[in-house]
Amino acid sequence: MSIRISAPDTASRDEIIELKALIQHPMETGYRRNNRGEIIERDIITTFECTYDGDTVFQARFHPGIAANPFLTFYTRATRSGTLEFRWTDQNGQSWSETHSLSVE
Amino acid sequence: MRWPAPVIALAAAACTPAPTADEAREKLPASALISGYEFLQADTQALQDDDFANPGFLWVDRGRALFAAAPQQSKACAACHGEDGAELKGAAAHYPSVDETTGKLTNIEGRINLCRTRHQGLEPLNYETDDLLSLTAFVSHLSRGEPVKVDVSGPAEVWYRRGEDYFFTRRGQYNLACNQCHNDNWGRQLRGDTISQGHGTAFPGYRFEWQSLGSLQRRLRDCDAGVRAEPLAYGSDDYLAVELYLAKRAEGLPIEVPGVRR
Repeated sequence: MSIRISAPDTASRDEIIELKALIQHPMETGYRRNNRGEIIERDIITTFECTYDGDTVFQARFHPGIAANPFLTFYTRATRSGTLEFRWTDQNGQSWSETHSLSVE
Repeated sequence: MRWPAPVIALAAAACTPAPTADEAREKLPASALISGYEFLQADTQALQDDDFANPGFLWVDRGRALFAAAPQQSKACAACHGEDGAELKGAAAHYPSVDETTGKLTNIEGRINLCRTRHQGLEPLNYETDDLLSLTAFVSHLSRGEPVKVDVSGPAEVWYRRGEDYFFTRRGQYNLACNQCHNDNWGRQLRGDTISQGHGTAFPGYRFEWQSLGSLQRRLRDCDAGVRAEPLAYGSDDYLAVELYLAKRAEGLPIEVPGVRR
Protein backbone atom coordinates (compact mmCIF):
# COMPACT_ATOMS: atom_id res chain seq x y z
CA MET A 1 0.00 0.00 0.00
CA SER A 2 1.63 3.19 -1.19
CA ILE A 3 1.44 6.13 1.22
CA ARG A 4 2.44 9.77 0.72
CA ILE A 5 2.86 12.19 3.61
CA SER A 6 3.57 15.88 3.40
CA ALA A 7 4.60 17.57 6.65
CA PRO A 8 7.27 20.12 7.55
CA ASP A 9 10.50 18.87 9.15
CA THR A 10 10.82 21.96 11.28
CA ALA A 11 8.40 24.60 12.54
CA SER A 12 8.48 27.46 14.99
CA ARG A 13 6.52 27.19 18.23
CA ASP A 14 2.78 27.90 17.82
CA GLU A 15 3.03 27.89 14.05
CA ILE A 16 0.01 26.44 12.22
CA ILE A 17 1.33 23.63 10.06
CA GLU A 18 -0.31 21.92 7.09
CA LEU A 19 -0.34 18.12 6.98
CA LYS A 20 -1.30 16.09 3.95
CA ALA A 21 -1.83 12.35 3.73
CA LEU A 22 -2.60 10.21 0.69
CA ILE A 23 -3.01 6.43 0.64
CA GLN A 24 -3.50 3.99 -2.22
CA HIS A 25 -6.74 2.11 -1.60
CA PRO A 26 -9.61 1.05 -3.89
CA MET A 27 -12.37 2.12 -1.43
CA GLU A 28 -14.68 -0.44 -3.04
CA THR A 29 -18.20 0.61 -2.11
CA GLY A 30 -19.92 -2.78 -2.04
CA TYR A 31 -22.61 -1.41 -4.34
CA ARG A 32 -20.96 -2.24 -7.65
CA ARG A 33 -21.28 -5.43 -9.64
CA ASN A 34 -18.68 -7.20 -11.77
CA ASN A 35 -19.23 -8.21 -15.38
CA ARG A 36 -20.94 -11.41 -14.24
CA GLY A 37 -23.48 -9.44 -12.23
CA GLU A 38 -22.07 -10.45 -8.87
CA ILE A 39 -21.66 -7.89 -6.11
CA ILE A 40 -18.08 -6.75 -5.62
CA GLU A 41 -17.51 -7.02 -1.89
CA ARG A 42 -17.13 -3.87 0.12
CA ASP A 43 -13.52 -3.06 0.94
CA ILE A 44 -13.01 0.31 2.59
CA ILE A 45 -10.81 2.11 5.04
CA THR A 46 -13.05 3.09 7.94
CA THR A 47 -10.88 5.28 10.15
CA PHE A 48 -7.95 7.62 9.90
CA GLU A 49 -6.11 9.09 12.84
CA CYS A 50 -3.16 11.42 13.17
CA THR A 51 -1.35 11.60 16.49
CA TYR A 52 1.22 14.21 17.44
CA ASP A 53 3.60 13.13 20.18
CA GLY A 54 0.92 10.67 21.31
CA ASP A 55 -2.05 13.07 21.27
CA THR A 56 -4.76 12.72 18.65
CA VAL A 57 -4.87 15.91 16.58
CA PHE A 58 -7.08 14.75 13.73
CA GLN A 59 -9.49 11.88 13.25
CA ALA A 60 -11.80 10.89 10.41
CA ARG A 61 -14.37 8.20 9.74
CA PHE A 62 -14.67 7.03 6.14
CA HIS A 63 -17.79 5.64 4.49
CA PRO A 64 -18.40 4.07 1.07
CA GLY A 65 -18.93 7.51 -0.49
CA ILE A 66 -15.25 8.39 -0.11
CA ALA A 67 -13.32 8.18 -3.38
CA ALA A 68 -10.52 5.70 -4.00
CA ASN A 69 -7.03 6.73 -2.83
CA PRO A 70 -8.35 9.12 -0.17
CA PHE A 71 -6.45 12.36 0.23
CA LEU A 72 -6.69 14.46 3.41
CA THR A 73 -5.33 17.91 4.17
CA PHE A 74 -5.57 19.25 7.71
CA TYR A 75 -3.82 21.59 10.11
CA THR A 76 -2.41 21.55 13.60
CA ARG A 77 -0.44 23.84 15.85
CA ALA A 78 3.24 23.04 16.34
CA THR A 79 3.71 22.93 20.10
CA ARG A 80 6.69 20.67 20.73
CA SER A 81 9.17 18.45 18.93
CA GLY A 82 7.74 15.00 18.43
CA THR A 83 6.56 12.32 16.08
CA LEU A 84 3.52 12.61 13.87
CA GLU A 85 1.89 9.27 13.21
CA PHE A 86 -0.64 8.79 10.44
CA ARG A 87 -2.71 5.63 10.67
CA TRP A 88 -5.40 4.19 8.44
CA THR A 89 -7.50 1.21 9.53
CA ASP A 90 -9.78 -0.77 7.24
CA GLN A 91 -13.10 -2.52 7.93
CA ASN A 92 -11.28 -5.73 8.90
CA GLY A 93 -8.98 -4.05 11.38
CA GLN A 94 -5.93 -4.13 9.14
CA SER A 95 -3.96 -0.93 9.41
CA TRP A 96 -1.19 0.98 7.68
CA SER A 97 0.83 3.76 9.18
CA GLU A 98 3.62 6.19 8.49
CA THR A 99 5.53 8.47 10.83
CA HIS A 100 7.24 11.82 10.43
CA SER A 101 9.44 13.66 12.95
CA LEU A 102 8.80 17.29 13.51
CA SER A 103 11.25 19.48 15.33
CA VAL A 104 9.95 22.67 16.90
CA GLU A 105 12.25 25.54 17.81
CA MET B 1 -16.50 39.36 -46.64
CA ARG B 2 -15.63 39.52 -50.33
CA TRP B 3 -17.57 37.31 -52.68
CA PRO B 4 -15.03 35.94 -55.11
CA ALA B 5 -13.00 33.84 -52.65
CA PRO B 6 -15.56 31.07 -51.96
CA VAL B 7 -16.46 30.93 -55.61
CA ILE B 8 -12.83 30.30 -56.50
CA ALA B 9 -12.57 27.77 -53.71
CA LEU B 10 -15.63 25.92 -55.00
CA ALA B 11 -14.29 25.94 -58.51
CA ALA B 12 -10.97 24.63 -57.27
CA ALA B 13 -12.66 21.91 -55.24
CA ALA B 14 -14.62 20.80 -58.27
CA CYS B 15 -11.40 20.32 -60.23
CA THR B 16 -9.47 18.55 -57.47
CA PRO B 17 -9.30 14.80 -57.90
CA ALA B 18 -10.57 12.67 -55.05
CA PRO B 19 -7.91 12.48 -52.33
CA THR B 20 -5.72 9.42 -52.34
CA ALA B 21 -5.68 7.25 -49.25
CA ASP B 22 -2.54 8.95 -47.95
CA GLU B 23 -3.90 12.47 -48.35
CA ALA B 24 -7.10 11.57 -46.55
CA ARG B 25 -5.02 10.21 -43.70
CA GLU B 26 -3.23 13.41 -42.85
CA LYS B 27 -2.11 13.90 -39.28
CA LEU B 28 -2.87 17.05 -37.34
CA PRO B 29 -0.19 19.64 -38.14
CA ALA B 30 2.46 20.00 -35.43
CA SER B 31 1.36 23.57 -34.73
CA ALA B 32 -2.19 22.41 -33.97
CA LEU B 33 -1.28 19.68 -31.45
CA ILE B 34 -2.97 20.18 -28.08
CA SER B 35 -2.52 17.90 -25.10
CA GLY B 36 -5.59 16.43 -23.45
CA TYR B 37 -4.52 18.47 -20.43
CA GLU B 38 -5.85 21.61 -22.13
CA PHE B 39 -9.33 20.13 -22.26
CA LEU B 40 -9.51 19.52 -18.51
CA GLN B 41 -11.12 21.68 -15.88
CA ALA B 42 -8.77 23.92 -13.88
CA ASP B 43 -9.21 21.71 -10.77
CA THR B 44 -8.12 18.60 -12.64
CA GLN B 45 -5.16 20.41 -14.18
CA ALA B 46 -4.15 21.57 -10.70
CA LEU B 47 -4.28 17.98 -9.46
CA GLN B 48 -1.99 16.78 -12.26
CA ASP B 49 0.42 19.68 -11.59
CA ASP B 50 0.65 19.00 -7.85
CA ASP B 51 3.45 16.47 -7.43
CA PHE B 52 2.20 15.57 -3.98
CA ALA B 53 -1.56 15.32 -4.50
CA ASN B 54 -1.48 13.77 -7.99
CA PRO B 55 -2.72 10.24 -7.17
CA GLY B 56 -0.66 8.81 -10.03
CA PHE B 57 2.41 9.32 -7.88
CA LEU B 58 1.19 6.54 -5.57
CA TRP B 59 2.06 4.17 -8.43
CA VAL B 60 5.24 6.06 -9.35
CA ASP B 61 6.43 5.73 -5.73
CA ARG B 62 5.62 2.05 -5.71
CA GLY B 63 7.34 1.62 -9.07
CA ARG B 64 10.47 3.33 -7.75
CA ALA B 65 10.55 0.89 -4.82
CA LEU B 66 10.05 -2.14 -7.11
CA PHE B 67 12.74 -0.83 -9.45
CA ALA B 68 15.27 -0.63 -6.62
CA ALA B 69 14.40 -3.94 -4.93
CA ALA B 70 16.20 -7.10 -6.02
CA PRO B 71 13.74 -10.01 -6.34
CA GLN B 72 14.90 -13.25 -4.72
CA GLN B 73 17.76 -14.92 -6.65
CA SER B 74 17.74 -12.14 -9.20
CA LYS B 75 18.96 -8.59 -9.69
CA ALA B 76 17.08 -5.33 -9.38
CA CYS B 77 16.18 -3.16 -12.39
CA ALA B 78 18.46 -0.56 -10.82
CA ALA B 79 21.44 -2.91 -11.14
CA CYS B 80 21.51 -2.29 -14.90
CA HIS B 81 19.60 0.95 -15.32
CA GLY B 82 21.21 2.97 -12.55
CA GLU B 83 20.12 4.25 -9.20
CA ASP B 84 16.60 5.66 -9.54
CA GLY B 85 16.64 4.72 -13.22
CA ALA B 86 19.09 7.45 -14.16
CA GLU B 87 19.97 5.59 -17.38
CA LEU B 88 16.35 5.55 -18.50
CA LYS B 89 15.72 9.28 -18.43
CA GLY B 90 14.02 10.23 -21.68
CA ALA B 91 13.81 6.64 -22.94
CA ALA B 92 10.02 6.31 -22.68
CA ALA B 93 9.56 9.22 -25.11
CA HIS B 94 10.84 6.94 -27.89
CA TYR B 95 8.43 4.05 -27.33
CA PRO B 96 6.93 1.91 -28.74
CA SER B 97 9.94 0.66 -30.67
CA VAL B 98 10.85 -2.56 -32.45
CA ASP B 99 12.76 -5.06 -30.34
CA GLU B 100 15.87 -6.08 -32.26
CA THR B 101 15.81 -9.72 -31.19
CA THR B 102 12.17 -10.57 -31.83
CA GLY B 103 11.44 -7.97 -34.51
CA LYS B 104 8.22 -7.27 -32.69
CA LEU B 105 6.91 -3.86 -31.71
CA THR B 106 7.35 -3.32 -27.98
CA ASN B 107 5.79 -0.78 -25.66
CA ILE B 108 7.05 0.09 -22.17
CA GLU B 109 5.03 -2.72 -20.59
CA GLY B 110 6.49 -5.15 -23.12
CA ARG B 111 10.01 -3.87 -22.55
CA ILE B 112 9.67 -4.33 -18.79
CA ASN B 113 8.43 -7.88 -19.33
CA LEU B 114 11.28 -8.63 -21.77
CA CYS B 115 13.72 -7.44 -19.11
CA ARG B 116 12.05 -9.70 -16.58
CA THR B 117 12.19 -12.81 -18.75
CA ARG B 118 15.58 -12.19 -20.41
CA HIS B 119 17.66 -10.68 -17.66
CA GLN B 120 15.93 -11.27 -14.35
CA GLY B 121 14.63 -14.81 -14.80
CA LEU B 122 11.16 -13.72 -13.73
CA GLU B 123 7.68 -14.35 -15.05
CA PRO B 124 6.18 -11.55 -17.16
CA LEU B 125 3.58 -9.40 -15.42
CA ASN B 126 0.02 -9.07 -16.65
CA TYR B 127 -1.41 -5.80 -17.89
CA GLU B 128 -3.16 -3.66 -15.26
CA THR B 129 -1.59 -5.48 -12.34
CA ASP B 130 -0.41 -3.07 -9.71
CA ASP B 131 3.21 -4.11 -10.23
CA LEU B 132 3.27 -3.60 -13.99
CA LEU B 133 1.35 -0.33 -13.77
CA SER B 134 3.73 0.90 -11.07
CA LEU B 135 6.88 0.00 -13.00
CA THR B 136 5.49 1.44 -16.23
CA ALA B 137 4.45 4.63 -14.46
CA PHE B 138 7.85 4.98 -12.82
CA VAL B 139 9.82 4.38 -16.02
CA SER B 140 7.57 6.65 -18.11
CA HIS B 141 7.64 9.38 -15.50
CA LEU B 142 11.44 9.54 -15.91
CA SER B 143 10.66 11.08 -19.32
CA ARG B 144 8.22 13.66 -18.01
CA GLY B 145 8.55 16.83 -20.07
CA GLU B 146 10.48 15.04 -22.81
CA PRO B 147 8.89 15.51 -26.27
CA VAL B 148 7.65 12.33 -27.91
CA LYS B 149 9.80 11.18 -30.82
CA VAL B 150 9.47 7.72 -32.31
CA ASP B 151 11.12 5.90 -35.18
CA VAL B 152 8.63 4.68 -37.77
CA SER B 153 11.16 3.76 -40.45
CA GLY B 154 12.54 0.34 -41.35
CA PRO B 155 10.98 -2.54 -39.43
CA ALA B 156 8.66 -0.13 -37.59
CA GLU B 157 6.97 1.09 -40.76
CA VAL B 158 4.68 -1.88 -41.17
CA TRP B 159 3.54 -1.43 -37.57
CA TYR B 160 3.00 2.27 -38.12
CA ARG B 161 0.84 1.59 -41.18
CA ARG B 162 -1.13 -1.01 -39.25
CA GLY B 163 -1.80 1.50 -36.46
CA GLU B 164 -2.81 4.08 -38.98
CA ASP B 165 -5.22 1.62 -40.56
CA TYR B 166 -6.81 0.98 -37.20
CA PHE B 167 -7.11 4.70 -36.54
CA PHE B 168 -8.92 5.34 -39.81
CA THR B 169 -11.16 2.26 -39.84
CA ARG B 170 -14.78 2.61 -38.83
CA ARG B 171 -15.81 0.05 -36.23
CA GLY B 172 -18.49 -0.88 -33.75
CA GLN B 173 -22.24 -0.38 -33.75
CA TYR B 174 -21.69 3.37 -34.03
CA ASN B 175 -19.54 2.76 -37.09
CA LEU B 176 -16.99 5.38 -36.06
CA ALA B 177 -13.28 5.63 -36.73
CA CYS B 178 -10.85 7.29 -34.29
CA ASN B 179 -10.18 10.12 -36.75
CA GLN B 180 -13.83 11.13 -36.92
CA CYS B 181 -13.72 12.32 -33.31
CA HIS B 182 -10.07 13.09 -32.71
CA ASN B 183 -9.04 14.65 -36.05
CA ASP B 184 -12.25 16.07 -37.43
CA ASN B 185 -14.19 17.12 -34.33
CA TRP B 186 -11.80 17.75 -31.47
CA GLY B 187 -12.73 20.75 -29.37
CA ARG B 188 -16.46 20.16 -29.97
CA GLN B 189 -18.88 18.81 -27.41
CA LEU B 190 -19.82 15.16 -27.15
CA ARG B 191 -22.59 15.16 -24.57
CA GLY B 192 -20.91 16.53 -21.41
CA ASP B 193 -17.34 16.27 -22.65
CA THR B 194 -15.10 18.23 -24.94
CA ILE B 195 -13.53 15.88 -27.47
CA SER B 196 -9.75 15.83 -27.13
CA GLN B 197 -7.26 15.17 -29.88
CA GLY B 198 -6.72 11.69 -28.49
CA HIS B 199 -3.04 11.79 -27.57
CA GLY B 200 -1.61 9.14 -25.30
CA THR B 201 1.07 11.29 -23.66
CA ALA B 202 -0.55 11.23 -20.19
CA PHE B 203 -0.61 7.44 -19.94
CA PRO B 204 -0.23 5.42 -17.84
CA GLY B 205 -2.48 7.96 -16.19
CA TYR B 206 -5.00 8.34 -13.41
CA ARG B 207 -8.60 8.53 -14.60
CA PHE B 208 -11.41 9.56 -12.27
CA GLU B 209 -13.69 7.20 -14.13
CA TRP B 210 -11.39 4.31 -13.15
CA GLN B 211 -10.52 5.63 -9.69
CA SER B 212 -7.12 4.19 -10.52
CA LEU B 213 -4.08 4.40 -12.72
CA GLY B 214 -4.46 2.62 -16.04
CA SER B 215 -2.44 1.87 -19.16
CA LEU B 216 -2.88 3.46 -22.56
CA GLN B 217 -4.31 0.15 -23.77
CA ARG B 218 -6.99 0.29 -21.09
CA ARG B 219 -7.86 3.74 -22.45
CA LEU B 220 -7.99 2.36 -25.99
CA ARG B 221 -10.30 -0.41 -24.83
CA ASP B 222 -12.61 2.23 -23.38
CA CYS B 223 -12.62 4.10 -26.70
CA ASP B 224 -13.49 0.90 -28.56
CA ALA B 225 -16.23 0.09 -26.06
CA GLY B 226 -17.44 3.69 -26.47
CA VAL B 227 -18.17 3.16 -30.16
CA ARG B 228 -19.72 -0.21 -29.24
CA ALA B 229 -16.90 -2.22 -30.78
CA GLU B 230 -15.41 -5.30 -29.16
CA PRO B 231 -12.29 -4.14 -27.27
CA LEU B 232 -9.14 -6.04 -28.22
CA ALA B 233 -7.10 -8.08 -25.78
CA TYR B 234 -4.37 -6.34 -23.78
CA GLY B 235 -1.05 -6.43 -25.60
CA SER B 236 -2.63 -7.30 -28.95
CA ASP B 237 -0.61 -6.46 -32.06
CA ASP B 238 -3.26 -4.01 -33.23
CA TYR B 239 -3.18 -2.00 -30.01
CA LEU B 240 0.63 -2.00 -30.05
CA ALA B 241 0.49 -0.65 -33.59
CA VAL B 242 -2.06 1.99 -32.54
CA GLU B 243 0.27 3.04 -29.71
CA LEU B 244 3.02 3.63 -32.28
CA TYR B 245 0.71 5.54 -34.61
CA LEU B 246 -0.54 7.70 -31.71
CA ALA B 247 3.03 8.41 -30.59
CA LYS B 248 4.02 9.51 -34.11
CA ARG B 249 0.86 11.57 -34.34
CA ALA B 250 1.66 13.28 -31.00
CA GLU B 251 5.32 13.83 -31.87
CA GLY B 252 6.60 16.96 -30.14
CA LEU B 253 4.12 16.90 -27.26
CA PRO B 254 5.77 16.31 -23.89
CA ILE B 255 5.25 13.14 -21.84
CA GLU B 256 2.98 13.96 -18.88
CA VAL B 257 3.09 10.70 -16.92
CA PRO B 258 1.48 10.42 -14.46
CA GLY B 259 -1.31 12.39 -16.12
CA VAL B 260 -4.73 12.95 -14.58
CA ARG B 261 -7.79 12.66 -16.79
CA ARG B 262 -11.57 12.62 -16.40
